[in-house]
Amino acid sequence: MADPKISAYYQTRMAHFGAVTNDWLAQAQSASVITTTPPPPSPPPTAATLSDPSHQKPSFSVIDEFNRWRKQPDLAEAVAAIRALAAVIRSSMATTMMQLEIELKSASDSLKSWDTTSISLTAACDLFMRYVTRTAALEYEDFNSAKSRLIERADKFGEISYTARKVIAMLSQDFIFNGCTILVHGFSRVVLEVLKLAAQNKKLFRVLCTEGRPDRTGLRLSNELAKLDVPVKLVIDSAVAYTMDEVDMVFVGADGVVESGGIINMMGTYQIAMVAKSMSKPVYVAAESYKFARLYPLDQKDLAPALRPVDFGVPIPSKVEVECSARDYTPPQYLTLLFTDLGVLTPSVVSDELIQLYL
Amino acid sequence: MDTRRAPRAVIDPKVRKVGFFAPPELSQPGLPDPIPLPSSSLSPVMIPPPRHSSENLLHHARPLAPTVPGASSVSIEGSVVAGGSYGSSSELFPAPMSPASPSYSSSRFVGGGDGDYCLNGAAVASPGRGGGKAATSFPRGGFESPAAKASSVPASGLTTVSVVNDSSLGIRGREKADNGGGSALEAKDQATNSKQKKDKTTKAERRALQEAQRAAKAAAKAEGNKASGTVTSGTAKPAKAIKPPHKVDNSSVAASEKKGCDRPPEKDRKKDVPQPRMQYDDESRVEKAKRRAVVKQTEARNRVELFRHLPQYEHGSLLPDLEAKFFQLDTVHPAVYKAGLQYLSGNISGSNARCIAMLQAFQDAIRDYRVPPEKTFVRDLTAKISSYVSFLIECRPLCISMGNAIKFLKTRIAKLPLTLSESESKASLHSDIERFINEKIILADKVIVKHAVTKIRDGDVLLTYGLSSAVEMILLHAHKLGKQFRVIIVDSRPQLRGKILLRRLVEKGLSCTYTQINALSYIMHEVTRVFLGASSVLSNGTVYSGVGTACVAMIAHSFRVPVLVCCEAYKFSERVQLDSICSNELGDPEVISKVLGREDVNYLDGWANTENLQLLNLIYDATPSDYISMIVTDYGMVPPTSVPVIVREYRREQLWI
Repeated sequence: MADPKISAYYQTRMAHFGAVTNDWLAQAQSASVITTTPPPPSPPPTAATLSDPSHQKPSFSVIDEFNRWRKQPDLAEAVAAIRALAAVIRSSMATTMMQLEIELKSASDSLKSWDTTSISLTAACDLFMRYVTRTAALEYEDFNSAKSRLIERADKFGEISYTARKVIAMLSQDFIFNGCTILVHGFSRVVLEVLKLAAQNKKLFRVLCTEGRPDRTGLRLSNELAKLDVPVKLVIDSAVAYTMDEVDMVFVGADGVVESGGIINMMGTYQIAMVAKSMSKPVYVAAESYKFARLYPLDQKDLAPALRPVDFGVPIPSKVEVECSARDYTPPQYLTLLFTDLGVLTPSVVSDELIQLYL
Repeated sequence: MDTRRAPRAVIDPKVRKVGFFAPPELSQPGLPDPIPLPSSSLSPVMIPPPRHSSENLLHHARPLAPTVPGASSVSIEGSVVAGGSYGSSSELFPAPMSPASPSYSSSRFVGGGDGDYCLNGAAVASPGRGGGKAATSFPRGGFESPAAKASSVPASGLTTVSVVNDSSLGIRGREKADNGGGSALEAKDQATNSKQKKDKTTKAERRALQEAQRAAKAAAKAEGNKASGTVTSGTAKPAKAIKPPHKVDNSSVAASEKKGCDRPPEKDRKKDVPQPRMQYDDESRVEKAKRRAVVKQTEARNRVELFRHLPQYEHGSLLPDLEAKFFQLDTVHPAVYKAGLQYLSGNISGSNARCIAMLQAFQDAIRDYRVPPEKTFVRDLTAKISSYVSFLIECRPLCISMGNAIKFLKTRIAKLPLTLSESESKASLHSDIERFINEKIILADKVIVKHAVTKIRDGDVLLTYGLSSAVEMILLHAHKLGKQFRVIIVDSRPQLRGKILLRRLVEKGLSCTYTQINALSYIMHEVTRVFLGASSVLSNGTVYSGVGTACVAMIAHSFRVPVLVCCEAYKFSERVQLDSICSNELGDPEVISKVLGREDVNYLDGWANTENLQLLNLIYDATPSDYISMIVTDYGMVPPTSVPVIVREYRREQLWI
């Protein structure tokens, strides 16, 4: 079902978190591998295979590795990519640093081309490359120790990214007080982690969950929250302004954090942030630091398009166009704080961090 | 703006009196006259108050004259109130550290007479306390320092040049000579008194003091009863409560500081804080500068009050004068002289062009330079460069990019290893300058173009203002890449630089629209992007560019059109500026009164003879960062809030070269 018009990223998410069916629920509870989902689109011939001749193991493909990691629904795609890239280093047969870097670069490119619309994937690959190859000492050591150094850093980066969610959850606990009402949009595993930890800490709060059409990811999220015994209320997307009065704060995740400090997230986030700002409610974004991307959209149309089909339930006449974009851009003035594994940041710090990293 | 006009009171005397003295004369309250120093009755025994650098305190002035317009208090360096205040008006000074001094009316005397003090950055205007704090960018000329302004003073050590001026000296005063003198005195006082003060040549100080006293005396006589009491006490350290009636007059303090140090304004000896700029309100300072000047200029008549702190000279006479003297002026290298003439005549304009011209002139000068016997290469060359820079300033005030380039050059000179021979040093400097021009300007422009063209899509309508080299390159490159867009060029009198851009673009085949700035709101609804150039970007994200840019940015913002500013990173500055008044450049007012090609529009002929008519021709203005969507630099596309980050990261020595 490799529909080229549909962003593979959102296909995956739909596969993992999309419509809630009984079958799906049952299966989701058992195994981590969901067999009824459509197979991921076959990876295009990648440079990874091209670089294989230089290896002794021609069967190693970074895409396979990536897919292997990706199958766990709890693992963020970007973390899977990072782990895959770390595996590339480990299994590389290169004998010089330059060769290794070239391999890494081609692997990263192939990962990025697997899904060009996924911002966090691109950002994570770029950041991985910068982070891992940044040590100046690499030039002076002999190759093997340098390589093991690289592997160390890669693993560390993977660890950081993997535990990022836990760090973010801890940081945001202070912002959730007893008796508060939180509005959540879209299904973000980071936000879920935050709320899980708050529930475990016996905080009393309730959650308003938007439906999140057309993915209807809100249903899945409300399911999860109900399991945690958190009082949940579902609202349809159009009822956000109506319910904003009783809301104390808005919590969203992010597909990507851009250089201006704004976020790219599921369609509807911009709307909610605007309403929240006009009613003076804080908007908190929970995003891992590997999602910081070197993009700078000036308006909504400045993004790379990511489409997903909208199912209205009834057939639409062909003359009618449908806005299929899956995500929107929220400018930084509507956001209050970013919770990242680097700490609690204001939107303007994102550029600071990126400048320092890309120095 | 009403808060700015709150009246100010007398400035405190800064020096504490000890010993036997008669109570100081008090001028009648309500008299908007400069309050005389209580020093009129000061005894010769005067102990300077201890200065605490860590405190930015407000001095409470004596409430002699309640609200004196124009008096603004500036940072008090925690120094104890000077003078008779102790005795008589102790209630006014609860404690030197009392924060919100209620008496906004009492003029506060800036303890910041200590230029060094402020220069350390410690003495930024007192953090927003009530009542006349030294605002960072106090407009001279009649505006009171609102408390609000004060609170806007960044607590950081960053000070604008103007801030330093203001805060350090904090004497808001008219350019009355006596005030100037007095404040100079005071400044001197503070300077000498401050513990924080760095060492200045005492001799120069004393001489400056003397001069100021003389000037003050003369002014006092002229002023009559304006200056009550002897403005200049006989003692070496008079505490003078200066009550500047209208204008801010840091200049005098700055001037006196300058006198002591005799440093040209732009030179940045202290690494952390930029030097205060010379303020042209103070006559004594201006006179002294004139004596040193290579170029003789006459000051313009009929100057706008608000901008008296900026230099303005009669145009038209200088250029032929200098041209005639071309072969006689041996203190200035011919290449530098030529550059100065080109600035003066307007042949070279635009910050990149001016900077490159200046650097190339310096290259020639360095190449021809020979160390005089018994002098060291580094020091003498630095002095020579400084003198060249003074000459260039006299032709036309520096822009910020040139200032940064000079800083770079001086750092390179200072870092020359002593083991190098003269010719090797000169070659090294030559290549350094070459590299600076190449990397920071030419290559930087290429990177900017590369980033910015990604923001141009087919079907765009781009608006630009004036003539910016970076924007021109972007538009031409985008056109070369085959993007379909059209350009609207907005232009404004008197320079009409947009016409040059129009000609260049039309030659290359772009579709252009040309309009004047008064039609801006009419066409803005069709625009999809605005591209602007900048002379500099300041640390709070404010864009300092040609006058009219702020208008374009504001209107674009209100129409929700993204504004992209294209600026090389070497033009970024640590300064912070909140308005366009405290630091600007004044052009020739004559060109405003005439319209080229329209001889019949001659209503303003003879405007200079009219008493109550002043023409103002500003060259720059400051655009607040809220109206800017993105700044495109050679370090990528950044939000305006990231400018201090770049300044911090890339001003480190090893990267700056």
